[in-house]
Amino acid sequence: MTTLPSTLHTPRDPASLGRAKSTAVRVLRERVIVGSLAIAACFSILVTGTIIVVLARETWGFFQFPDVSLGEFFGGTEWNPLLGAEKHFGIWPLVGGTLLITAIAASFALPIGVVTAVYLSEYASPRVRATLKPALEVLAGVPTVVYGFFALTIITPLLQKTNDGFGNYNAMSAGIATGIMILPIVCSLSEDSLRAVPRSLRDGALALGGTKFDVSVKVVVPAALSGIVAAFLLAITRAIGETMIVALAAGGIAQITADPRAEVQTMTAYMVQIFLGDAPADGVEYKSSYAVAAMLFVMTFALTMLGQFVLRRFREEYD
Amino acid sequence: MPTESTTPENSSATAASTAQHGHHVVIPLAQPASAPTSEPTGRAITVREFSSWYGSFQALKSLDLTIPAQQVTAFIGPSGCGKSTFLRWINRMNDTIPSARAEGTLELHGQDLLAKSVDVVDLRRRVGMVFQKPNPFPKSIYDNVAFGPRLHRVYTRGELDELVEQSLRSASIWNEVKDRLHASALSLSGGQQQRLCIARAIAVGPEVLLMDEPCSALDPKSSLAIEELIEKLADRYTIVIVTHNMQQGARVSDQTAFFFEGRLIEAGSTETIFTTPKNKQTEDYVTGRFG
Repeated sequence: MTTLPSTLHTPRDPASLGRAKSTAVRVLRERVIVGSLAIAACFSILVTGTIIVVLARETWGFFQFPDVSLGEFFGGTEWNPLLGAEKHFGIWPLVGGTLLITAIAASFALPIGVVTAVYLSEYASPRVRATLKPALEVLAGVPTVVYGFFALTIITPLLQKTNDGFGNYNAMSAGIATGIMILPIVCSLSEDSLRAVPRSLRDGALALGGTKFDVSVKVVVPAALSGIVAAFLLAITRAIGETMIVALAAGGIAQITADPRAEVQTMTAYMVQIFLGDAPADGVEYKSSYAVAAMLFVMTFALTMLGQFVLRRFREEYD
Repeated sequence: MPTESTTPENSSATAASTAQHGHHVVIPLAQPASAPTSEPTGRAITVREFSSWYGSFQALKSLDLTIPAQQVTAFIGPSGCGKSTFLRWINRMNDTIPSARAEGTLELHGQDLLAKSVDVVDLRRRVGMVFQKPNPFPKSIYDNVAFGPRLHRVYTRGELDELVEQSLRSASIWNEVKDRLHASALSLSGGQQQRLCIARAIAVGPEVLLMDEPCSALDPKSSLAIEELIEKLADRYTIVIVTHNMQQGARVSDQTAFFFEGRLIEAGSTETIFTTPKNKQTEDYVTGRFG
């Protein structure tokens, strides 16, 4: 050890060393930083607010047209804005088409997603997980137009081999493709929620003589249920809003049907049809898409809120 | 499947007589909540030249130990000395750790616990465990206690009610929860949760209860309640408790085993270990000079 310089033997007052920093500069700098952070945070709220305002204004405009009434919009069962002598604006065929696609997608993706998540979280060896998880994430990154293409060229021909009733455009094919699209969401979020269940609960159930299956199904899944339900709701929200797959594969006939072989039009697919130039701007058809968009916004907003509520209300706190 | 006995004489002799002959006491497979019938002085667990590893790290080095039935045996020693590791071999919880392996003899009433043929589900029904931190399931108090029994047997509603009440009474928590059996177990205090976990463990009718520092997450008053409970339970169960708290070990246990760096340094009656230990390291530890 070297000996310390002799100057350090008589300690100096720290305040006499160095040069003072300006208090004014420090205060100003803090203000600028807080201000820019706040602006950044407000930006997304601002955008959302703008969207709501535009939707509300244009929807209001739509209902001013003489052909249109609120009663028919919410009560009518015919959506026929483009063809024929009489235009009809009853929203239910579009909502029905959307719900049919969503139901098919959900009944495909929810069970498979949860089972996969349980397998990944509880059973898979680290090596299997290291292969399967990235594969699922790749699935999540595929552009939805590719799924639409896949539905048209692979799923639909396969379906047509099993049943003659399937047309070239049908709800089943688009529904399955949408299900494949939301599968990674269900699986990944459910798995996060399963893995958040503390190991001590698994140990407790194992120590009572539970098998791995007992532990997974009777302890881990129930403990993670709020997260799994929230994953379902988010996935369903995505399915409702999915556009490209249904625009390509589901067809263009707005009709109320529960037949998965039939051609249906969803709310999103209708908007694509309008904005791609089928209707003159400022006409009633053009404006109708804003009303449909508002309806879609309300539906997805409600589901998102429900998901937040489920997470908050039913989450078990583990530390 | 459990092997009932290793020698012909054991299979026909009563537990008491074999114990006098120095053989392993054979206890019939317990019915839920029925008290084992062995002599209080019988051996429950026999350990010979037992070693274990995590990967290439040797956690336990050639242990030799006898754990008597229906007494409280305390494992003491500094952190990382292997006492919890050993506890987790007795109900094979170490099976959940892929790199863990063991060699030597570890027998419960003469049954080799390390054999491949051991049904760990059955073993864990006979050897219950209480963990360091209370870990009730996020279910109701009732469902927590009924969880284990429901895994193994089919009950009528009345039988299950009776079993739940009896287990909660045995764990000295019945009076506090009898009016809210269907409330969430997470609404209980830490000490109550730990007693619920004990009730949950004894509901499946084990012979042995393993406790891994069961009071370390609790306040002194709750710890005392658990200690009193342990004394009460020792009439019916063989209890093995790991503790960091030497006063606690001295208070609750009949036998004490001192572990240090993976070795069993000294074992004997608690009184001997705490007053006249033979080994210098044991003496230093129990007098608080290290650890």
